[in-house]
Amino acid sequence: MRRRASYDGIAIVAPHSTPYQRYSIETAHWWIAKALRGSLNSAGLTPRDIDGFTVSSFTLFPDTAVGLTQHLGLCPSWLDHIPMGGASGVVALRRAARAVQAGDANIVACVAGDTNHIDSFRMMLSSFSRFASDASYPYGYGGPNANFALLTDRYMQEYGATREDFGRICVAQRENALKNPRAVMKKPLSLSQYLEARPIADPIALFDCVMPCAGSECFLVMHQEEAERRGLPFVTLAGAIERHNAHPQDPIQLRGGWTMDIDELWNMAKSSPDAMDLVQTYDDYPVISAMQIEDLGFCAKGEAASFLRDKDMTITGDFPHNTSGGQLSAGQAGAAGGFIGLVEAIRQLLGSAGGTQVKGATQALVSGFGMINYDRGVCSSAAVLKAITI
Amino acid sequence: MTTPLSPPPKKDPQKRTLSPTRPPEARSRAFLGLSAAAAEGRFALQKCSECATFQYPPRDACGSCLSTDLKWTDCAPEGTILAQTTVRTSTKLFFRERAPWRTGTVQLDAGPVIICHVHGDCERNGRVKLINRLDRSGQAVLLALPDKRSLNMEDDPQLREMTSDPKHRRALITDGRQDNAPALAKALLEAGASIVFVGESETWRPYPTRAPLLEMNEIELLPLDVTDSQSVLKQTGEIGGKTDILINNARFLRAGGALARGDTGFAKDEMEVNYFGLMRLAQAFGPAMCARTADGVNSAVAWVNILSVHALSNLPEFGCFSASHAAARSLSQSLRADFRGAGLRVMNLYVGPTEDDWHQPVPPPKVMPAALARSMIQGLQHGLEETYCGDVAKDLYERFLDHPNVLEREMTLAGDGA
Repeated sequence: MRRRASYDGIAIVAPHSTPYQRYSIETAHWWIAKALRGSLNSAGLTPRDIDGFTVSSFTLFPDTAVGLTQHLGLCPSWLDHIPMGGASGVVALRRAARAVQAGDANIVACVAGDTNHIDSFRMMLSSFSRFASDASYPYGYGGPNANFALLTDRYMQEYGATREDFGRICVAQRENALKNPRAVMKKPLSLSQYLEARPIADPIALFDCVMPCAGSECFLVMHQEEAERRGLPFVTLAGAIERHNAHPQDPIQLRGGWTMDIDELWNMAKSSPDAMDLVQTYDDYPVISAMQIEDLGFCAKGEAASFLRDKDMTITGDFPHNTSGGQLSAGQAGAAGGFIGLVEAIRQLLGSAGGTQVKGATQALVSGFGMINYDRGVCSSAAVLKAITI
Repeated sequence: MTTPLSPPPKKDPQKRTLSPTRPPEARSRAFLGLSAAAAEGRFALQKCSECATFQYPPRDACGSCLSTDLKWTDCAPEGTILAQTTVRTSTKLFFRERAPWRTGTVQLDAGPVIICHVHGDCERNGRVKLINRLDRSGQAVLLALPDKRSLNMEDDPQLREMTSDPKHRRALITDGRQDNAPALAKALLEAGASIVFVGESETWRPYPTRAPLLEMNEIELLPLDVTDSQSVLKQTGEIGGKTDILINNARFLRAGGALARGDTGFAKDEMEVNYFGLMRLAQAFGPAMCARTADGVNSAVAWVNILSVHALSNLPEFGCFSASHAAARSLSQSLRADFRGAGLRVMNLYVGPTEDDWHQPVPPPKVMPAALARSMIQGLQHGLEETYCGDVAKDLYERFLDHPNVLEREMTLAGDGA
């Protein structure tokens, strides 16, 4: 098999997160504009300077990336719209990187953003996917909570993980979020509060669920020479993978698509799980974080619970995980939830993460997971980022 | 076992009647094959004609070999629960008002993995049997039942949301004069109906089925003439708010097609009872029943039309009568659209020739009133929309599905004679 080409020469710059809001009267267009402007301002660029643009959003309807070009005054030679939810960030990054390597674009803006009106979460659920309308929503209409409750139930039965194990993930992320001024959750969370929380869809309770909110995230991709010429600090892309509809024969999802490509990711990145200074998993529910920690090679299948029991997942700990608080504590801003870990990892490696900075971070793993089309998440992605000091 | 349902308390008019909310209705076109199967109580899945893989959720192309030749095929319903949850909160009002709601993931022995409702008596990771039922949106849902019958299992609150079970409900039979009225009333009472109202037209005129009706407890005879709008409206005022199941058995029947009759007299009577009678009942009782489809244990739940199977394809010996039932069947489809938003179900119970005076010249087999009553109760208990009683009706429906135009030619042959 032909090995895929490296991402040499790629620079990731100007991470920007627009502070999230629980509810917003603004539109997805507004939130996307805010994030785009945030990145452009920090890079000293104008909208005319970018010739590549990719967007991910659930609440942009009836517009797509096409409508946004005219709305936002962009004139790109390369345009993409990535409907992959939680996997969008890494997928946007690797596509943008290839466009830049091939010369199809010089500077690509990768944006994700969604609004959250009082009723928009319910409205979004009602038109999520055909299989969901046909075969999942009619069963209690619990939305993702009910789907992930089923996966969590099976995972706990199969591997003996307990609610305490999942609770430790959530509690550590809350501790991280308290150091992130943009996080929606501002109050500390104890393990007993987690365990005694209101049940939502057994075994899922209130603090296993993300808070839907409005927000947006952006970063830019360009050639390293371009970044150097403009004097922009950047991080590099050491490796990246994506996979869709992996393991369709598994009766219930206990692993994701990462397992198919994980060796290639670490080979390409010339690195290993032990070398990671921080890990950003997609955390719509803690069971999915546990699954990623296994599937990305930090421990064997089914052993995430015991692996994490010996670890401190806060930013000062030995396994810094979802350093901004992740979606569980910073909020889930629709498709921006697929960018939150990536944008935070870029800040970490640039040394600009502020209150959540992991000291001396030079390598980070970011992974994405998205789109419960029927009974499982279909899209998975992961990337290894490195600071230029190594 | 399931906790048996208690008879509902007397309605408190000061309290809010639960709104007739519904579970989600939106489905793909491919999915509607499952709803059509549920309307008849069948468990069927799409099966690939080329590689024989059963598909779920419904598709437009085989998920295994890309063939687009997928046929709805009856499927073995056994499987095993892999995971379960109890949904305690939902953004959909229907489930919010009915939480907690048990659902699960079932691995079907036939292959597909199915997210489904789970009956309260199913054991964790236990063996189950899936049934395909219509929910209050009128769309199919799959429900896992324990593989062995459990006590009072039909009283499970989730299952009851899918059925039109007469237990603790109040039924109206529109025409006491029909030969089938005593059998229908008796079957409803045996199935747990709390009262059966029976309509009487021209109350001054005696009729043979009156005495057997009066022998039963919990029967109330009421003046009701489906050919008289005033009479129907008046009775709606009396019992419209407590009719949970309406059974329209009113029928006017004479032999012959257009040429066998000298004029349109009988045809007008047939239309007056069989078509306009249904329309009058619907206009009067329909709105009252639609407002009460979420009203607790004795909510309004089903509208039953007893139709000749020759509503599907004309029987020339009863040509004009068949035409009036074709009109009634078409109106029942319109009523389905009218009632669907409220979750009120229209069940058409199709029969071949019935054992009565007017069918004496027709050879057997004929449908006895008790058989008709059994089909009706089974249809209600399974929440069906379409059910066929007796061999003639089943045979004709099969031929209709096979090819309606071939059936029409079979039905209208003149015969070679000598």
